[in-house]
Amino acid sequence: MSSDHRTDAPPRDVGEQRSADWAEEAVREAEQAEQAEQAEQAHPHGRGRTIREQDVLDRIDKARRRKAKVKEERITLAHGAGGKATQTLIEAVFLDAFRNPLLEPLDDGALLTVGDTRLAFTTDSFVVSPLFFNGGDIGDLAVNGTVNDLAVSGARPLALSAGFVLEEGFPVADLQRVVASMKAAAEAAGVSIATGDTKVVERGKADGMYVTTAGVGVVERPVTLGAAHAKPGDAVLVSGPIGDHGVTVMLARGELDIVSDLASDTAPLIGLVDTLLDGVPDPCSVHMMRDATRGGVATICNEVAKASQAAIVLDEDALPVRPEVNGACELLGIDPLYVACEGRMVVVVDGGAADDALAAMRSHPLGEGSRLIGRVKDDPPGLVLLKTGFGGTRIVDLLVGDPLPRIC
Amino acid sequence: MRFVDEYRDAEKARALAARIAALCEPGRQYTFMEVCGGHTHTIYKHGIEDYLPETVQLVHGPGCPVCVIPMGRVDDAIALAEQDDVIMTSFGDMMRVPGGRGSFFDSKANGADIRMVYSPLDALKVARANPEKQVVFMAIGFETTAPSSAMTVLRAAAEGLENFSIFCNHVTIIPAIKAILDSPDLRLDGFIGPGHVSTVIGCRPYEFIARDHGKPIAVAGFEPLDVLQAVYQLLLQLSEGRSEVENFYTRVVPWDGNRKALQAIGQVMELRPYFEWRGLGFISHSALRVKEEFASFDAERRFSVPGVRVADPKACQCGEVLKGVLKPWECKVFGTACTPETPIGTCMVSSEGACAAYYNFGRFSRERVKEATRA
Repeated sequence: MSSDHRTDAPPRDVGEQRSADWAEEAVREAEQAEQAEQAEQAHPHGRGRTIREQDVLDRIDKARRRKAKVKEERITLAHGAGGKATQTLIEAVFLDAFRNPLLEPLDDGALLTVGDTRLAFTTDSFVVSPLFFNGGDIGDLAVNGTVNDLAVSGARPLALSAGFVLEEGFPVADLQRVVASMKAAAEAAGVSIATGDTKVVERGKADGMYVTTAGVGVVERPVTLGAAHAKPGDAVLVSGPIGDHGVTVMLARGELDIVSDLASDTAPLIGLVDTLLDGVPDPCSVHMMRDATRGGVATICNEVAKASQAAIVLDEDALPVRPEVNGACELLGIDPLYVACEGRMVVVVDGGAADDALAAMRSHPLGEGSRLIGRVKDDPPGLVLLKTGFGGTRIVDLLVGDPLPRIC
Repeated sequence: MRFVDEYRDAEKARALAARIAALCEPGRQYTFMEVCGGHTHTIYKHGIEDYLPETVQLVHGPGCPVCVIPMGRVDDAIALAEQDDVIMTSFGDMMRVPGGRGSFFDSKANGADIRMVYSPLDALKVARANPEKQVVFMAIGFETTAPSSAMTVLRAAAEGLENFSIFCNHVTIIPAIKAILDSPDLRLDGFIGPGHVSTVIGCRPYEFIARDHGKPIAVAGFEPLDVLQAVYQLLLQLSEGRSEVENFYTRVVPWDGNRKALQAIGQVMELRPYFEWRGLGFISHSALRVKEEFASFDAERRFSVPGVRVADPKACQCGEVLKGVLKPWECKVFGTACTPETPIGTCMVSSEGACAAYYNFGRFSRERVKEATRA
């Protein structure tokens, strides 16, 4: 467009200039932390033969293990997206204040022991928008979400609570519709909604309605489950196509002008969990189960890799993704691995029991699409790697916040 | 997925990789720059570097739209967003870009009405739906997105909308490439040309790269085989002693570009005398502003914008990374003070940014990965 392009000195009329104080502060802080760590280590790198890139990678590794700290002055949407920002908030604010052995594993539910009885206890809040979408609504999400957290903790759900925050002006007919689907979901899961609470806030102070459910269940099998229990040699399974719920809700918001008959995968997983635990010779060979909600399969794998200090290697070609989901994700430049599901679970099982586990899961209607998607390895600890369909390798890291659509 | 899987075939990739290896002269180092952030994203997403010999290095160029926005412009945009009765609309990956005093996300948390949109036409919808508000679109990007901003202004003008304007931060790719070629510490053997930009400007504007600077350039698409093929074609040109502009993205890039799109830009926008680029400094005639004729659709004219320049943090080496002089991990603050959670430099924000791509997808030692991914 022009023939004369030069890198100029700042033109004289740019006027006043400031510096980004927060950035200078962040640099200072990181330097201090590094100096403190170096002072602790007498011989940081042996004979100094390591290549420089490796030094940097080690430095990053250390920085990632430093105590979590919330740097923002206010809560942003990223804090609720289930990625790094959420984890930082949980560790730096909630865990820091409430720290106790029940909470510390940060699994989907806490495990309480009363006499000889093991109980699982969990809670979840639901703020989905829109409230109704193809395949479900906020009501069955709220019931299934808590039922599933109990199921993947190895528990049979006993009872749920439901707390409603309703906005002034919200149609009673809509509330009845939500409540009817909660009733149906509870019946399907064989659990009763035993207690509840209702609050109404002024118009504009809630997005129609929010629901919080909590649940308690009893762990009857001799299982030991948790993100920290994955071991090298284990297999990673997923119970069906991923990302259906997240993409359905994105399309239901109508911002994309895409029409599809894709439906949410919201479903109770207790039956599938029972079939799995009964179908393997020893239920203890199942080391971890999680339902892949916010943050998707990638986030679960990262939590497992971190908690068990193992590596997880996923195989992109083995990931079950529907073409519609893949297409929408491709269009937006987001990765289906991070997209929410509401009726899929990720299972880590002893390598030797993988075939039995897969066969058992596939025998259940909700697990027909089950696949072995990866393996647990010992190195590099804490990292999730993906063998790409193209034949390369990349890291699958936690996202900071929500996956953001790319520009071009 | 049809029309995509064809360009992701691992078998074809292996064959191409063998031909690439055969073209490399023993002992010679090759350094190619992919100008466009979309290519950077493809390279890491699919693990393309696994197919390249160690002597072939890809360096990541300045073509990530959000990476080149200087902090001062982010502050200006936030100042606009925080005015009474203003709704700011923005592409998603702009939301986390930090200015001197935080990002759009921070400003939104402080109460500003900032909405994510998928296209400037969505911003226009917001304007129609909120006649009592002023709707500003944060217009960013190269020639790829400039036509859609221009078309949106034309449509707003045709509809007589009085509450819509754009905050124009569009930049042009050629001056940036020129700045890199003129840089004294340049060590590049060729360029992978930006595919999307080229659909608009065509291939002709790159001819000076081959003619005056003797560097080959291969315009490529965004699937992994496209990128691998571009590397092969660059090596082929070098081995045959040629330096030419070659178009391997003919399925969408016409040699002379898209006349309609260029006309729309020319009708609504004009070159600024100079514009500051993050890390690269002031480059003359490198950005677009709204023409006087469309002044009422120009947020800079309509509202008062502070226009205060924010100096890049001293430790930040985004400029060197954007020019390909430093690999992301060679930056002093990479991965410690500057991470995807708290990015100091823009290269760490967008998944197209060289630093974020390396941090998120490529942060490991090749040997350990080989070991881990062995069946």
